[in-house]
Amino acid sequence: MKFEINNANLYYGDFHALKDINMNITEREITSFIGPSGCGKSTLIKCLNRMNDLVPTCKVSGDFLLDGVDIYKNIDANILRKKVGMVFQKPNPFPMSVYDNIAYGPKTHGVKSKVGLDEIVEKSLRDAAIWDETKDRLKKSALSLSGGQQQRICIARALAVSPDVLLMDEPTSALDPISTSKIEELVLELKKKYTIVIVTHNMQQAVRISDKTAFFLHGEVVEYNTTNELFSFPKQQKCEDYITGRFG
Amino acid sequence: MKIKKKPNIIKSLVYVSAGVTISVAVLIIGYILVSGVPHIITELIKMFSGQESLFSAEYNSDNVSLVPATINTVIITFFSITVASVFGVMTSIYLVEYANPKNKLVLVIKVTSETLSGIPSIIYGLFGSIFFVVFLGLGMSVLSGILTVSIMILPLIIRATEEALIAVPVSLREASFGLGAGKLRTIFKIVLPSATNGILAGIILGVGRIVGETAALLYTAGTSPNIGTDLASTGRTLSVHMYMLSSEGLYIDQAYATSAILLILVLGLNIFSTYIAKKIMNR
Repeated sequence: MKFEINNANLYYGDFHALKDINMNITEREITSFIGPSGCGKSTLIKCLNRMNDLVPTCKVSGDFLLDGVDIYKNIDANILRKKVGMVFQKPNPFPMSVYDNIAYGPKTHGVKSKVGLDEIVEKSLRDAAIWDETKDRLKKSALSLSGGQQQRICIARALAVSPDVLLMDEPTSALDPISTSKIEELVLELKKKYTIVIVTHNMQQAVRISDKTAFFLHGEVVEYNTTNELFSFPKQQKCEDYITGRFG
Repeated sequence: MKIKKKPNIIKSLVYVSAGVTISVAVLIIGYILVSGVPHIITELIKMFSGQESLFSAEYNSDNVSLVPATINTVIITFFSITVASVFGVMTSIYLVEYANPKNKLVLVIKVTSETLSGIPSIIYGLFGSIFFVVFLGLGMSVLSGILTVSIMILPLIIRATEEALIAVPVSLREASFGLGAGKLRTIFKIVLPSATNGILAGIILGVGRIVGETAALLYTAGTSPNIGTDLASTGRTLSVHMYMLSSEGLYIDQAYATSAILLILVLGLNIFSTYIAKKIMNR
C-alpha cells in the first residue's frame, strides 16, 4: 500500500466536502477518481499532498498514511510535496525558460551544481517524453510551446524532484485529443516507476489507463474497485447510472 | 437599419474622445517644444562659443544654469524611488501574500494608502517641513526632500504592486508549492518576477511624479540652485528650477528651455524603463 486513508473527513467552512473516506492506494498502479463535478474527487487528491492547506477555511480529519507515515502530523508539507508531485488541470509552466522550469524544483531542494541540474533536466524531459521536442530550445520560454507540450513540461517538472507518487488533477481536460493520447501513453509508461492517482472527467480515459477506479458522489466514495470490475459489473445503482451516462 | 445606428454613435464618440485626448497631449508637448527648443539652441550656441549659458557647470544669476538642478533631480529621484520601492513592494507582499484579508490592520493600511494617494502634494511639503526639517532637525536639505517625496509616492507603488501581485495566476503559486517550494521562495522566485511589469509601471509613474514635483520639495529640499550631493545641503530640482525662473519673471526664455528639457527627460526615462522592463521579461 502506498497510501492508506482512514475515516477521512473534510470541511470547507460548514460545507462537508468529504465524508468518511476509507481507501487504499496501491504502489505502481494507476488509480483514477471519477464522478460528477463537485463530488469531492479533486478535494481528495489535494489532501494527498496537502494542497488544501492553502485554503484557509479547510479542515481535515482522519488518517492519511503515506508508507505508514501520517502526512498531516509527522511530515513537513514541503517534504511531502517533494515526495508526492502534482500535475494540474491547466498546464501551468512558469513564465521562464524550459530549462529553468525543470530546474526550479531540484534547485529548491538544494541541487546546485550545473552538471547535476543538466542531468536532471535531461532525464526528466526524457521521462516525460518531450526531450526530442525541446532539446534545441531549452533556453526558450516554456510559454512558447503548445498546450500539450506545456503539460508534458509540467509533468517533467514534477518528475524532476524525483517523487514517489504523481497526482494528476484532470491533466488532459484542457488538451486536444492528440495531446491527450500522448499524455495517456506517457502516464502508462510512468506507472512502471511511480504510483499515479488521476482525477478525470473522461470515463473512457479511466478505462484506458487505470488499474483501479473510485466513483465519487456528494463527497462519498460510492464504489471503489478494479477498473475492469467497476465498469463491467458496477455493484451500486448510482455508479451504474453514472457510467452508463444516465446522469453527471 | 435602426439597430445599426446606436453602435455608430458610440463608435464616433470613441473616435472623438481619442482624438481630443491625443490632440491635447500633442498640443501641450508641441507648445513646450516650440517655445523651448529655440532657447535651448541659443543656449547651446552660447555654450559652444565658450560663453556662460544655461548649461554651465555652476549656477549664477547671469547664466541661471540648470546643470545643478538636473543633478539634484537625478539624486532625489534615484534615492526616493529606491526607498519607496523597497518599502512599497514589501508592504504589498505582506498585504497580498501574508495578511488575512479580513484583518483590521490590512483594512487600515489600504484605507490609509488610498487616502494618502489623494492628498495634494503641498500637504506633503508641509508635513515634510514640520516633521523632517524641524522635528527631526534634518533642516532644509536634499535628504528631507527625498524622505518627503518617498512618502508621497509610496501609495502609488503599493497600489501598483498590489494589483500586479494579485494578477499573478494562483496556478503558478500552486505549481511552486506543489514542487515543495516554501512561501518565501515562491514569492521571490515565481510571483515577483511574474509581476515585474506591473511593478515597473508603478515605479515609472512614481518617477514621473517625482520629476514633476515642486510643492512637496519647495519647503523640504529647498530652492538653492547648487548641487546637494552630500544630501545635507539644500538643492532644487528641475521642476523647482523652472518654477523659480518663471516666478522671478526675469528668465522666461530659460524657463521654457528648462521645461522642454524636463519633458525630454521624462520621455527618455519612460522609454528607458520600458526598455529595461522588456529586457527583464525576455531574460
